[in-house]
Amino acid sequence: MSDLAISCRGLVKRYPPDVIALDGLDLEVRRGECFGLLGPNGAGKTTTVEILQGLTARDAGAVEVLGQTWERNGHALRERLGTALQETRFPDKLTVIEVLRLFRSFYKEGTDIDRALAQVNLQEKRNARVTQLSGGQHQRLAVATALVADPELLFLDEPTAGLDPQARRGLWDIILDLRSRGRTVLLTTHYMDEAERLCDRVAIVDHGKVIALGTPRELIAGLGAEHVVEFAVEDGMPSVADLEPLPGVRAVRAETSAMRLTVTRVHEAVPALMGLLRDRELTLSQLATHHATLEDVFLQLTGRSLRDG
Amino acid sequence: MAERHGGPLVQLTLWRVRELLREPEAVFWVFAFPVLLALALGLAFKNRGPQAITVGVVEGTADWVEVERVLGEADGIRAEALSAGEGARRLRTGRIALLVTPGEPITFTFDETREESGLARMLVNNALQEAGGRHDVREVREVRVTEKGSRYIDFLIPGLLGLNIMGTGLWGIGFGLVRTRKNGLLKRLLASPMPKSQLLLSQILARLVFLVLEVAAVVLFGIFVFGVPFRGGLIAFLAVVFIGATAFSGLGLLVAARARTIEGVSGLMNLVMVPMWIFSGVFFAWANFPDAMHLYIQMLPLTALNDALRAVMLDGTGLGGILGWLGILAAWGVASFAVALRLFRWS
Repeated sequence: MSDLAISCRGLVKRYPPDVIALDGLDLEVRRGECFGLLGPNGAGKTTTVEILQGLTARDAGAVEVLGQTWERNGHALRERLGTALQETRFPDKLTVIEVLRLFRSFYKEGTDIDRALAQVNLQEKRNARVTQLSGGQHQRLAVATALVADPELLFLDEPTAGLDPQARRGLWDIILDLRSRGRTVLLTTHYMDEAERLCDRVAIVDHGKVIALGTPRELIAGLGAEHVVEFAVEDGMPSVADLEPLPGVRAVRAETSAMRLTVTRVHEAVPALMGLLRDRELTLSQLATHHATLEDVFLQLTGRSLRDG
Repeated sequence: MAERHGGPLVQLTLWRVRELLREPEAVFWVFAFPVLLALALGLAFKNRGPQAITVGVVEGTADWVEVERVLGEADGIRAEALSAGEGARRLRTGRIALLVTPGEPITFTFDETREESGLARMLVNNALQEAGGRHDVREVREVRVTEKGSRYIDFLIPGLLGLNIMGTGLWGIGFGLVRTRKNGLLKRLLASPMPKSQLLLSQILARLVFLVLEVAAVVLFGIFVFGVPFRGGLIAFLAVVFIGATAFSGLGLLVAARARTIEGVSGLMNLVMVPMWIFSGVFFAWANFPDAMHLYIQMLPLTALNDALRAVMLDGTGLGGILGWLGILAAWGVASFAVALRLFRWS
């Protein structure tokens, strides 16, 4: 048995007349890992997940899921996958347990409904109607409908989109728990902190292609620096050429009203920056530093912020 | 196996049944509405005793008082003394059937295209000729009957039943499916190993669960409140109802096969239903339409359903006599189910 849960090569998906959702996307997900597809809205994440689940036809490329293809083993494959799709609304009038019984009935070999309910921490809502659930609880129900399949591979499409911070953390705990039990999970997100926190490996997707791949740590290390310094001055910004020679600075990027330095050693770079500004008689209006994140990786690669989309 | 709770078809059907039961509006439209409609129409068209026809007598003319007295005593006529102008106005607006201007000769003013005016002319003429001394030469004996089954309410109840079976089939299935599609649930179901045809089949099964109750409500109401006859066999009746409901469930699937919005599917439903409300003999017999249209009208599923229901309920026709109508209904059901399955959009 192959150790790959998912392998796809050269995926292309066009939406006529002129949208290219996927432009030759390659992906390999290993068994037992939690893999994140990270990218802005519209990058092609949902299209990828839908093609991998046999819900959307591709225009070109090859897909293997759990060593099978949709063309040959479609029906058998569905028995082995679990999914929480983006923007599914479960029937308002049903109770949580009724929804789970419904989804459980589709699978020959599934898991105990109450166990799935416990895994997503929803036992106390067992007999509540779907309308009475909060956004986070509804999303946890979506994950539970995936878990009743006892799936070998779990797809979670934007599992925390639109949730408040507390509900997001609740869902993170559930996903971390699944990961620690060795389940293969493919999740998509446009939240970098989510990908960093949950995923063993991450593929950054933009304009229908994978533009970076690795563990979150590797990707951040790929920046060659671990910190980011952002500053703005009241008038007359120093040039990129002035800033590049400063000690510890690896990269400089001019933004609309600020400068962004990627640095290895904050304690050397910041005093040197202050010295430079003093010599030029410039006054700081803003200064911030943070540990480099996947957001910075994305910015470095595309020149855009993840949230800009 | 216990964990599967009866399998997907049972669970899918339960889903739809629960959704309907937990929606008070749906319960009203399915059960209360047809009964209220039958009650209202039944009262409006209840057979009343023969009504007196109102005629006008022009005041101030020669012996108008005598003419008004004679007409006032005659059966079936109500006479009102009016000025010439008022009489002409009431005749024009249809409030009187005929205007009598006494004199020599007596003048009758009326519109010959109005049925009751023709009747008024005859009654008024008879009353005045008899008062003037005419003798009838043959003796006549009258026997008056009211036959159950020939009244308007008897015609109406099977029509309302057919209308209800059509409406709940299209609405119940159409709206439910489109809402499910709009909520992204159809796509979510497609991602599971659920057999696709079972989803569509479960919609029909859920309909049949309610069908028994809604049909019983209308039929029992007709029988006990208006004394509508039920002359046919139960098996023939159930066959008509089930095959009819299945045909309209198939049409419901078809109109909902691609629509993404409730507005879209509502338009399609009206497109399907409104012509049948008019042509299929719900409120009046389709034979009133020109002969050239009869063949087309008879091919409509609601026409077949209504005709079959009337044949069984009013004429007591057995299963053998309604096979043609059942064939039309079954053909609609099978064809629309097959086309719906092909056209069906999951997202």
